[in-house]
Amino acid sequence: MTTKSVPLATPVVPAKRPSSNLIATITSWRVLLSIAILCLLPWVLPSKALAVNVLIYGVLAMGYNLLFGYTGLLSFGHAAFFGAGAYITGIAIGQFGVPWYGAVLLGVVGGGVLAFVIGGLSIRTRGIYFSMVTLALAQLVYHVGLQASSWTGGENGLRGFTVAKIDLFGVSINFLDPVNKYYILMVFAALALWFVSRVLNSPFGAAIEAIRENETRARACGYDVERTKLLSFVLSGLICALAGTMSALHLAFVPLDVLHYQTSGMIVMMTLLGGASSFFGPFVGAFAFLLMEDVFSLWTSHWQIIVGSIFILFVLFLPKGIWGTFLAKVIR
Amino acid sequence: MSAPLLAVENVGRRFGGFVALADVTAQFEPGKVTSIIGPNGAGKSTFFNVLSGVLTPSSGSIRFKGMDLVGTRQHRFVHLGIARSYQITNIFPELSVHENVRVAAQAGRSRYNIWTNRNRFRELSERADAALDSVGLAAKRDETAKFLAHGQQRALEIAIALISDPEVLLLDEPTAGMGPEETKEMVALLEKLARERTILLVEHKMKMILGLSDRILVLHHGRLIADGSPRDIQTDPEVRRVYLGQNDGYA
Ligand SMILES: Nc1ncnc2c1ncn2[C@@H]1O[C@H](COP(=O)(O)OP(=O)(O)O)[C@@H](O)[C@H]1O
Ligand SMILES: [Mg+2]
Repeated sequence: MTTKSVPLATPVVPAKRPSSNLIATITSWRVLLSIAILCLLPWVLPSKALAVNVLIYGVLAMGYNLLFGYTGLLSFGHAAFFGAGAYITGIAIGQFGVPWYGAVLLGVVGGGVLAFVIGGLSIRTRGIYFSMVTLALAQLVYHVGLQASSWTGGENGLRGFTVAKIDLFGVSINFLDPVNKYYILMVFAALALWFVSRVLNSPFGAAIEAIRENETRARACGYDVERTKLLSFVLSGLICALAGTMSALHLAFVPLDVLHYQTSGMIVMMTLLGGASSFFGPFVGAFAFLLMEDVFSLWTSHWQIIVGSIFILFVLFLPKGIWGTFLAKVIR
Repeated sequence: MSAPLLAVENVGRRFGGFVALADVTAQFEPGKVTSIIGPNGAGKSTFFNVLSGVLTPSSGSIRFKGMDLVGTRQHRFVHLGIARSYQITNIFPELSVHENVRVAAQAGRSRYNIWTNRNRFRELSERADAALDSVGLAAKRDETAKFLAHGQQRALEIAIALISDPEVLLLDEPTAGMGPEETKEMVALLEKLARERTILLVEHKMKMILGLSDRILVLHHGRLIADGSPRDIQTDPEVRRVYLGQNDGYA
């Protein structure tokens, strides 16, 4: 500390940051900008398959980011909500003949209910304990997926619910066509983008940021920290479950792997690679991860070692991730 | 004597076998400034933690406007009318100075709303600006809180506590870590607050305490060993022995 103290009331004009206007503009247009970029994706990426995966895993990481980046809770169990969305959608269509839109709704709501249960059980624990409890509970869900094979197909995964066409307002769209499929899934992604942006702009969004910044202070200000965290957990679970339903519709197949803890780890990596607590970062992170997987797995079956090493470098040297660093450095 | 706003009766708090606070009974009247003094480890911060819901007392009762506060969850205290600052600066470091106070104000208005825009509550933002102005931080409103000087961060925390318009304000060593210049600024701020609020103040700087307080409580090993006007306390032989004696020249 300096010995010469600054008087409390020095009228200093705050330094003007020329780029803050640009950032504010990008922020207020972030939903439309994100949608525009994602709409271009199938035409700029080397394959439509990569594009659709960026879309699905981007929504997944964005849902996770609400909890991790904005509320400050490191869950290691988010595969459970992704998997729940996927399985419920598949089972609803394949075993109950529910129309696709009903199945999507059931998947999202089911993922939300599961998030309420897992969140309710884990939210009172702190730090590493919270991460471990979410991991353990998600492992429980994995074992349910494995054992309840008459419902889920067990190790073989869930099949037999192909959605071939989407009927909406009298129009029938061929869902097997990759371009149609992409833009229909894009509608879900757009809804998720809009919803997350809505939440971040809201008073609740300010409350979770305050909790991330300083839980003790937030509580002393009058926020019910546990309840706020639980609501954030559930909203996050809803978005991740939506990504799960998108994945089920896309693949017409749910592999048991969706519930595996490696999926939870992948979600964390994607979010951090792109930039936690940045709006579009999770999509960038999903893209970076999937691209690395594509490239390095051609080269070696041990591609996870390379991706893991790169991930560690990011955590150490670029904690804001690709997109967060870009926004902070390049734009300003 | 007017009716007490806050009344604690036989309040104690132990940590395992260690008694940090024992059998404290005191009443606090509206509009008065009461200082709590005592050597380090006397239990002053523990007393504040018990009064603000951070810790539940192991024994005794706390009544605020006739309401029993024991068992009330911490986040309710500020809504009931008890706000505090901490001995170690406790703010939202990465948020702007203005957002620090605005989000504190928002807690009294909207906590779970996900459908409106947070900027729609214009009055919260205006109140935050007024509070910043009253603690002399208006010019710093757009700065990131962690870049403020130490004394300014302490003042910011007081603005955060004030924004709920509390009936009782608990200030735990507001001048902790401050140099003489910063202390002077803080004392001026506290003098202003003292005119309009019920304040409980933990401090070590005797000159400041004697100037600000209507009444002084002295804690020692978790027990209340004296309770009286500044004049009574200064001449109390027991207090001189355990506290003021070692503190000569400190103020
Ligand atoms: N959470 C805690 N767990 C264990 N001991 C504590 C805790 N908080 C305070 N104490 C102990 O209680 C005593 C009183 O502490 P405190 O109230 O902080 O004193 P003061 O603020 O008067 O300096 C100290 O001996 C301290 O070590
Ligand atoms: Mg203390």
